[in-house]
Amino acid sequence: MKVLDFLLRTRGRQRLHWTDVLTYAYLFVGLFMMFAPVLWLVASSFKTESAIGQFPPTFLPYSQKTVSVAGHEKPLPLFIVTLDGGQQREMAQVNRIGILATMVDAANAQDSMQVNINQRKPVYELKFAWNNYTDLFGKFTFGTYLWNSVFITVVATLLTLLFNSMAAFALSKYRFKGQKTVFLLIISTLMIPPTIILVPVFLVINQVGLLNNLWGVILPAVATPTGVFLLRQYMLTIPDELIEAARMDHASEWRIYWRIVLPLSAPALAVLAIFSVMWRWNDFLLPLIVLSQSEHFTLQLALNSFQGELNTQWNYLLAMTVITLLPVTIVFAFLQRYITTGIASAGVK
Amino acid sequence: MRFLSFFFDLLEPIFRLGQRWLGLSRLGWLFVAPNLFVIGVFTFLPILINILYATTGGVNLFPFERPFTGVENFQILFECRDYLDLSTCRKDVFWRAIGNTLKFSVMQVGLMVLVSLITALVLNRKIIGRGFWRGVFFYPVLLSPVVVALIWKWLLQSQGVFNAGLVAADMTPIEWLTDAGWAFFWTVFVSIWAHMGFYTLILLAGLQAIPRDLYEAAEMDRASPWRAFSRITLPLLMPNLIVVLVLAAIRAVQVFDEVFVLTGGGPGSATTFIVQFIYQTGFAEQIHLYGLAAAASLALAAFLVVLTLAQLRLTRASEAGQKGR
Repeated sequence: MKVLDFLLRTRGRQRLHWTDVLTYAYLFVGLFMMFAPVLWLVASSFKTESAIGQFPPTFLPYSQKTVSVAGHEKPLPLFIVTLDGGQQREMAQVNRIGILATMVDAANAQDSMQVNINQRKPVYELKFAWNNYTDLFGKFTFGTYLWNSVFITVVATLLTLLFNSMAAFALSKYRFKGQKTVFLLIISTLMIPPTIILVPVFLVINQVGLLNNLWGVILPAVATPTGVFLLRQYMLTIPDELIEAARMDHASEWRIYWRIVLPLSAPALAVLAIFSVMWRWNDFLLPLIVLSQSEHFTLQLALNSFQGELNTQWNYLLAMTVITLLPVTIVFAFLQRYITTGIASAGVK
Repeated sequence: MRFLSFFFDLLEPIFRLGQRWLGLSRLGWLFVAPNLFVIGVFTFLPILINILYATTGGVNLFPFERPFTGVENFQILFECRDYLDLSTCRKDVFWRAIGNTLKFSVMQVGLMVLVSLITALVLNRKIIGRGFWRGVFFYPVLLSPVVVALIWKWLLQSQGVFNAGLVAADMTPIEWLTDAGWAFFWTVFVSIWAHMGFYTLILLAGLQAIPRDLYEAAEMDRASPWRAFSRITLPLLMPNLIVVLVLAAIRAVQVFDEVFVLTGGGPGSATTFIVQFIYQTGFAEQIHLYGLAAAASLALAAFLVVLTLAQLRLTRASEAGQKGR
């Protein structure tokens, strides 16, 4: 009981209640459940091709040590051989026939012997296979996928910010006939999930000639109801007197929009920019039907087609997955507060 | 910055002209025009075309060159010789997809809202570093569905860490993703893992809006924690719970990407859901049956409308209930 008292002691207040212990237990289990799968993926992405096929798998990228021996072209795998006398020796394996393996001393290529395979144990070493990452850029057209994803994300986000802020400006700072209808029309698209208009969207994109074109993914996505709503709500808090004063000074309406209202809406624009980057970077269904040729694939599409192959090269696939989740993770690490409060206040993802 | 102002100055003449023609108040139309154009072309036009597709047959992509077939597409989807035996249906995969989607939605939404509620309650306690813990549960929400599916596919593959655990415990390894029952379980589990953080956040916002003094009053009255929960927390959280429930249901019915990458709809059609059926009939199979796909999406749309109406009904009922109290 003494130990328990010590552990549950807190500064000042009464000691921790058992419900507090339960609370933290829940939180740590949650931490494990949410991050362990991701960590496992990241650790596995550093494994060599041979280490990735090993069963049972290890968390850290251990792979069998190899040595180059004179007279052999390729490096040979290293084993610890238990000799009949009980002493142990580190030897490289030349070949293996049935249950017999030919072993050779790494330093002295002449010193070879045959041993039963049960007498030898592989020697492991920690080895990070950085080439899983570097190879991506040489061996595969990975650079193209990365560029496609970046291009779509950046251009779509910029256009989203421009179009949505223009609409939000008109809907919050003007009074014109049909304004309410326009607002409702834009908001009502929240109710129309992209999945149920998949076929006709494909037709429209085909008709305007944007099939297998990155713009075919960008354009349909730039008028987001969430963005208009978020920005409009924010712009409503900007006092109209500011705009009136600018009009007195003969500023044009366009100047009022981008010199006064846009800078003042920076916080809301930032939230929308974060959202838009997430949406576009993670987009899957629309690119899947619009971009069918591999030179136009985004990272998500490339991952999907890569994992569907008969002989999935997991070491490359995992490295690619890590690169794909990296930007989102970095954005999240730095802007977590904005994202979570933004979602909690707008109630939309 | 200079580039930015150059770009914006470039657009200025358009709006000067617009103001001369339209007048100041109607200039708003010019500002909403790009947005309206995009949603008109890529959302409202497609809704109309969808109806054209659903009522025509053939494999032609262009709607006016397709022969009119009336309700035939719906007949193909829904007709069965014997409604008690799905294999007698003309499109038994569609029925299986509906069944799977319903089963998935009920399990996923039920479990996820429960887990989200518990997590939100835990996060609402006095804990050190609440912002950090909130972020922990939210992180998977930001990952792309493809990445989520690949993370779990890697853990669940036959040589993966789960099977290593089983072998270490002297049990026989399980083919997690090619056994029908297990594959279905993991689609539910993985989608809860990926999305619960979002709903936790909404529920947490709801919890934090409940006035503290209500609980202090309950403590004064020596109400048990359970009683405080069932008489204060639950009723006041009800509006948020309904929102979460319906939002989750609307999303669950449309489940596609994670499952598509994780199991590909298999084994057989054990994890084939409605959206995947639409995708396959419209785009993935040899003959692209756009009409059938469009008819299926109209059926899905009808179901979503029912869900939305249910939400309105429930919200109104709970508001009325609160006023009555």
